[in-house]
Amino acid sequence: MGERATVLVGVALSGVGVSPGSAGGPVYRKGDPPRLPAPVPVTDAAAERGRAHDALDAVAAELTARARECPPGHQRDIVDALALIAADPLLADGVDDAVAAGHDAPHAVDAAFAQQREMLESLGGMLAERAADLGDLRDRAVAWLLGVPMPGVPRPGVPYVLVARDLAPVDTAALDPHQVRALVTDEGGPTSHTAILATALGIPAVVACRGVLDVADGTLVVVDGDSGRVDVGVDEAAVADVMAAAQRRAARLAESRGPGMTADGHRVALYLNIGSAADADAVARVDAEGVGLFRTEFLFLDRTTAPTVDEQRESYAAVFAACGGRPVVVRTLDAGADKPLPFLGPDTSPNPALGVRGLRIDRLQPEILDVQLDAMTRAAASTGADVRVMAPMVATAAEAGAFAARVRGHGLPVAGVMVEIPAAALQAERIFAAGVDFVSIGTNDLSQYTMAADRQAGSLADLLDAWQPALLRLVGMCGDAGRAAGKPVGVCGEAAADPLLAPVLVGLGVTSLSMSAVSVAAVREALAAVTLDECRVLAAAALAAASPADAREAVRAAL
Amino acid sequence: MQREVTVASASGLHARPAAIFVRAAMAAAPVAVTISRPGGRPLNAASALSVLSLGVEQGTTVVLAADGDGAEAALDRLAALLETDLDAEPADG
Repeated sequence: MGERATVLVGVALSGVGVSPGSAGGPVYRKGDPPRLPAPVPVTDAAAERGRAHDALDAVAAELTARARECPPGHQRDIVDALALIAADPLLADGVDDAVAAGHDAPHAVDAAFAQQREMLESLGGMLAERAADLGDLRDRAVAWLLGVPMPGVPRPGVPYVLVARDLAPVDTAALDPHQVRALVTDEGGPTSHTAILATALGIPAVVACRGVLDVADGTLVVVDGDSGRVDVGVDEAAVADVMAAAQRRAARLAESRGPGMTADGHRVALYLNIGSAADADAVARVDAEGVGLFRTEFLFLDRTTAPTVDEQRESYAAVFAACGGRPVVVRTLDAGADKPLPFLGPDTSPNPALGVRGLRIDRLQPEILDVQLDAMTRAAASTGADVRVMAPMVATAAEAGAFAARVRGHGLPVAGVMVEIPAAALQAERIFAAGVDFVSIGTNDLSQYTMAADRQAGSLADLLDAWQPALLRLVGMCGDAGRAAGKPVGVCGEAAADPLLAPVLVGLGVTSLSMSAVSVAAVREALAAVTLDECRVLAAAALAAASPADAREAVRAAL
Repeated sequence: MQREVTVASASGLHARPAAIFVRAAMAAAPVAVTISRPGGRPLNAASALSVLSLGVEQGTTVVLAADGDGAEAALDRLAALLETDLDAEPADG
């Protein structure tokens, strides 16, 4: 990467803004996976072995140090396990064998990892997934031997803008929001892991920004996470201006309180997306009106059997209690596709995103939903919480009606469904008529299914943009149906966290927005600046646009 | 000498329990401890890749073996670890 990077000055690159706010600073790039040079004849086998072992030791030491910097928990465990694998005697043995067979150190390291990778892949299942970790460790060891930058997040020692082809979960979770001012990736989409994490950390981010890898380390840039614009080769004064403005904005947003409403007093409930009781503490901190999406998957991860009623009741009660009387929308188990759960058995269908996932699991294992609803009912009773339940992956009015009846049969009064499948949006009127009390639009999956574009496919990022007019039309159909039925229509995908899009969604008939804690203040501020009528004008402008870029431009111009 | 042990951790010998076990086996050096399924090939217990390759789930019986000075103490320590549900332990600070 180093040799082909050039200092670009006065150039503006454009990508997709996925985490709002602006920031500036020097670029530092994450190293690319190193390529192996031509093999070198080995004259001193002992020295070559020593170098290869030193590389493995260095990688293990670096990861061990990084693990110590992580807060205790899942992330630290992952990095710690990687460090342990780097120190594995099987790799050291493999290196010795390869050197004995005449390979130089980089090729010996490569061969040793390839051998272990093959072994894990041949075992299949969860172990095959570990094979990707071995690829990452191999890259690190080879980079050390070649003297090129370690793949992984750089540590320049000053606040900087991190640039990468794409970020792996292990990188993004190790990011320090005090050191990394903004993220720009060449690949990745608006619903990618990187985008979700950047939003949660409150770091401005731009993805799918072609050409950004050509910007040399140290070049000053300004990143606009709202518009997706990256100005390259700016001067110190420009960076200072942006950072001062960012600081003023942060200070202002930190003071933000109160219910969400437009300038003319039309209420739009602002809720949080949470995954555990720890997340629920943020409800009071950012003064959200409740929880719009409580994901229950965390209880089921790494399990070979489903958690018992009592176990679930305790976990739900902890979340309900932490919300302090504010309403909580609980989503029943959303497993399958990108969230496989061991206890459901391996998903061998060729196309898991279109397979048995979400509410569809109920067709095969109805006891899972019954146990969940039972636990929720008891937790609601013991805490007195305002609990509303919704199902993921609903396609038809019949499914919606049956789910609502199940929920009420367990004694919970309020039942809703998620709209993630275009069929559900097209039939929103009938879904309301089938007896559900509310719908909540999951824009991430609705984008994926509307555009027939995999959420993980970086090269399709433009299709997954929440500003796609086709997606907005489907949101509008739900909004119209909700208005006609006099029932709430929420949005709980990434789209709800976009301050520019929020007024458009309200104009389309959306009555609540659910997002991560860090986004609430900016969305509240954006709504307070417009009237409901203005929201409707903005919605019409966005719908009339031919592309997401045109839609953003039209809305900015109308504001 | 050897010990037969039933693995208690909810996630078996994967993830955190595997890491804790392998570190403990490394700490037993110079005693070399092996782990195997009953009747299976003994593998180095201080190798994360070897331990993972066994695919041990909760309730699986494994055989720990070691010889020489300190072998008994090392086996006792490692067996006790496997008999604990390490997923239920709080993460260390």
